[in-house]
Amino acid sequence: MKKLFGKQINKIRKQSFLLSELVKRDFKQKYKGTVIGMGWSILSPLLTLLVMRLVFTEFFGRNTPHYTTYLFCGTLIFSYYKESTKSGMSSLLANQRILGKINIPKYLFLLSRNISSLINFGLTLCVFFVFALIDNITFGVHFFALLYPVICLVIFNVGVGLILSALHVFFRDINYLYDIFTLLLHYLSAIFYRVDNYPETIQRIFLLNPVYCYIKYFRVVTIDGNIPSLFYHLLCAFYPLAAFSIGMWINKKNNNKFLYYM
Amino acid sequence: MAIIKVNDAAIRYITGDFKDIGIKEYVIRHLQGKYNVTEFWADRHITFELDKGDMLGIIGSNGAGKSTLLKAISGIMVPIEGSITVKGQIAALLELTAGFDNDLTVRENTYLRGAMLGYTRQFMDEKYEEIITFAELQNFQDRPFKQLSSGMKSRLAFSIACLVNPDILILDEVLSVGDGAFRKKSGDKMRQILSGGVTGILVSHSISQVREMCNKILWLDHGRQIYFGDETETVCNAYEEFLITKRLPDNWDDMERMSAAYLERKEQERQEKKRLEAQKLQDLIESGNSDAALEAALSVIRRQKPELLKNCGDEMAVV
Repeated sequence: MKKLFGKQINKIRKQSFLLSELVKRDFKQKYKGTVIGMGWSILSPLLTLLVMRLVFTEFFGRNTPHYTTYLFCGTLIFSYYKESTKSGMSSLLANQRILGKINIPKYLFLLSRNISSLINFGLTLCVFFVFALIDNITFGVHFFALLYPVICLVIFNVGVGLILSALHVFFRDINYLYDIFTLLLHYLSAIFYRVDNYPETIQRIFLLNPVYCYIKYFRVVTIDGNIPSLFYHLLCAFYPLAAFSIGMWINKKNNNKFLYYM
Repeated sequence: MAIIKVNDAAIRYITGDFKDIGIKEYVIRHLQGKYNVTEFWADRHITFELDKGDMLGIIGSNGAGKSTLLKAISGIMVPIEGSITVKGQIAALLELTAGFDNDLTVRENTYLRGAMLGYTRQFMDEKYEEIITFAELQNFQDRPFKQLSSGMKSRLAFSIACLVNPDILILDEVLSVGDGAFRKKSGDKMRQILSGGVTGILVSHSISQVREMCNKILWLDHGRQIYFGDETETVCNAYEEFLITKRLPDNWDDMERMSAAYLERKEQERQEKKRLEAQKLQDLIESGNSDAALEAALSVIRRQKPELLKNCGDEMAVV
């Protein structure tokens, strides 16, 4: 029993070592040849925010309190979702040479990319708090509630990554289709406009979009200073569980087939 | 007790199905009624067992299924039929430079590759110096990997894989790396590892390497198992005969016959060489260059009948 336990610990230690080395590699690959390097992790969402602020303030910003924070909640969550799932999607194919020659658990490649994106997200989150402070948002203990949507989103992203990376191996066109899909999702996530002008039913339909759910959670906590209802929490937990289970199921079923299509 | 047990294993590739040809071809072929999926058995009915300390050589021409079999043993692929059981930690060198990243430095690549082969950080910290010293890359540690020559890359890969003590070592055409000096060093290292009781599998197109290092042999041809057993010499002879005549043995008697044929062929070649040498000598003498002719004659005698020279030591001194 003890021996078995020790074996498991050893396995975890080896895999965490590999994972950390892979994260390092992914970071280096991502910022290869750039002047600012990791600075882009912070600069890129800030520039996105700036552009959107310039473009949309005229249309939507006049009657939205704390519009900068409102907008930042949207871009913060959405860009994390997009980066994480997009890089996760290609994680298997990009490492096909390794997978074909060395026996490594395939999910490690996906995890390493998700961790890279999570680190980026963490950096942007810090900037977000600074901006919120400048925007006269009242900070309080209720801010700790933000951990909940973040954890949900992390699992959701891994789940979506599992599904997409498997599909990507069998069906490479998904790459282009997913670009269109994220564009659509971007417009449907109420990043720069408000949903309160729509009737109740339409507002409910918005909740079918997981990304919107997490954006809304962030806005309720930071701008309104409230914590959402219990039902809302359950909804937030439902999406990651569903995505993760489907992703695991697809990967388990196809685990031995991937190699034939690389 | 068997360390590796392969029981009637088979691996199949599928070509021409929907995912392979894309949706356009799929529709077109369906309309034309030409759609069919072809199966391709890379390996079929492979059965063998290795004990601790065994060194198996796998021979066979290109496309025989050797590399696929190694992939199955190292767990990258899963057999469709039969079973493969392996006890112990495997270090598989299927391709030396797989897993290296061109933009990372040599040091980072060493750790990355080590992690991929299943070592812990602590272990790599301990072994790092040794690995770099063995690969003779002390001056390149912080250079990007892409700046190394291909020989240096292979040296690094070989060093990482060998400075550990795996239970099972799998080598696919990777023994002949680096320049002459390093080749000797890596060969010595390999022999040292093998003598330490490791179980090994070697795929090589160099038959002399297989003769020298292996005590078991597996001959594959187009996914079919021609022979498995410990008659290394006979099978190697028969295989070399096969390479010339392109005819596979039908049974063990045939194998022995082919082996004999190969030995005879080799003997003939030796005779022919001797005859040519004698001819050359004759020519030299006839052309009147007596010093050179004497030198040549002596060297022939020294090689073929050294006992003659012993008897006439005094005369030799004069010469």
